[in-house]
Amino acid sequence: MNPATSAAVPRLHPKARLQRDDVRKRDVLLYPEGLVTLNPTGAEILGLCDGVRSLADIVATLEQRYGASGLERDVTSFLEGLAAKGLVLYGG
Amino acid sequence: MEAKPLWLLAELTYKCPLQCPYCSNPLDFAGARFRTELTTEEWCRVFREAKALGVLQLGLSGGEPLLRPDLETLVATARELGLYSSLITSAYRLTKDRLAALKRAGLDHVQISVQAADAELSDRIAGTVSHRDKLAAYRYTKELGFPLTVNVVLHRANLHQVEALIRLAELLGAERIELANTQFYGWAFHNRDALMPTKAQLDAAWQVVQRERARLGTRLEIVWVLPDYHEQFPKPCMGGWARAYMTVTPAGEVWPCHAAGRITTLRFETVREHPLEWIWRESEALQRFRGESWMPEPCRSCARRAVDFGGCRCQAFLVTGDAGATDPVCSLAPHRPVIDAAVAAVERATAARIAPPSLTYRAAPASRALAAKE
Repeated sequence: MNPATSAAVPRLHPKARLQRDDVRKRDVLLYPEGLVTLNPTGAEILGLCDGVRSLADIVATLEQRYGASGLERDVTSFLEGLAAKGLVLYGG
Repeated sequence: MEAKPLWLLAELTYKCPLQCPYCSNPLDFAGARFRTELTTEEWCRVFREAKALGVLQLGLSGGEPLLRPDLETLVATARELGLYSSLITSAYRLTKDRLAALKRAGLDHVQISVQAADAELSDRIAGTVSHRDKLAAYRYTKELGFPLTVNVVLHRANLHQVEALIRLAELLGAERIELANTQFYGWAFHNRDALMPTKAQLDAAWQVVQRERARLGTRLEIVWVLPDYHEQFPKPCMGGWARAYMTVTPAGEVWPCHAAGRITTLRFETVREHPLEWIWRESEALQRFRGESWMPEPCRSCARRAVDFGGCRCQAFLVTGDAGATDPVCSLAPHRPVIDAAVAAVERATAARIAPPSLTYRAAPASRALAAKE
């Protein structure tokens, strides 16, 4: 798989579902026979993966939200990790 | 740290149109202990209580869960609670309409078994003509947009088909194929000497799995459940006794796995008489093998005890009569010679071209006959 460009549009694989785990006070990504535990930032990134926003849009939204810059590498590597597990897909 | 369950396997009924001789259901499934199934309201309460304890993954299983006419209601309740639901089914006579209704109710994932790659062998192993229904149901599953797992239990009569089975799952567009080497509990333990493969069969199948994994990458996940009689160390059974997983039986008993009811030295409580939370946290049976304090040597001082949790209590009970013994498949266990003898007997018989013993198929009359003999 080639690394995603900033114009790529990430979305959750339809098999995966974002879910609040009230008991353990965290967000998780559920999929067949498994789950990934998310930190608050991870959950926020996935919340922005709506199949419309591009990678660049997502980074810009987060940078604006936190008054930060240079988040692109963190966001990309987080999503690449999930893409490697087949949980995130990229559209163009 | 206190154990919080993540997984609930809801065995909705032990009725099943298939008769697979390796069924993991209890040998006495047709007996009084399992007869009075939980009602819709009781199951919904179990789901609510499970979610409050920390459960996120729900398996709807059996027997054949499609035989419950309230399955759609149970799925809808699971979805409202935020549980990720998997239907674990034989797909016998499953229609596209029923599957679509389950999709509307919020079902997340479908797992359909197949007994072999071709209809003739698959129907023979299932004891019921069902292969055609399964192929149709695989197509419905993908047409309705479900993620699909193809599940195959592997044994002496179908291990040579591993490549064909993987190709079938690929062709069907499945996300996962579970190649589950037979674990010897329930009906499989009863039929062990007929089902157990040879080392050569296992080695050949494992070569295929490695090659196919390299070819398919993330397109198709190939899960290979280890044949533990042929391993050196035990499996980390259920990730530890009553640590993250529970099974609720059709009549509401709570077990730490789907085989534990066979351990006659433990008394399992039911959700009809106690809240799930009390059963999980306090009941004697679920406390009995939690953590490490129950472990005998060689487990107690073994570095692997945090890896395999002492292996499987059900296997210890079945093979040694003592649920607290070290898992006999462990090469360090005092009872390992019993396992080696079972494996060696199959190798010898195969080398001498002696036909395997005949199979006892899973069916109510056989269940009652076996229970009467005990």
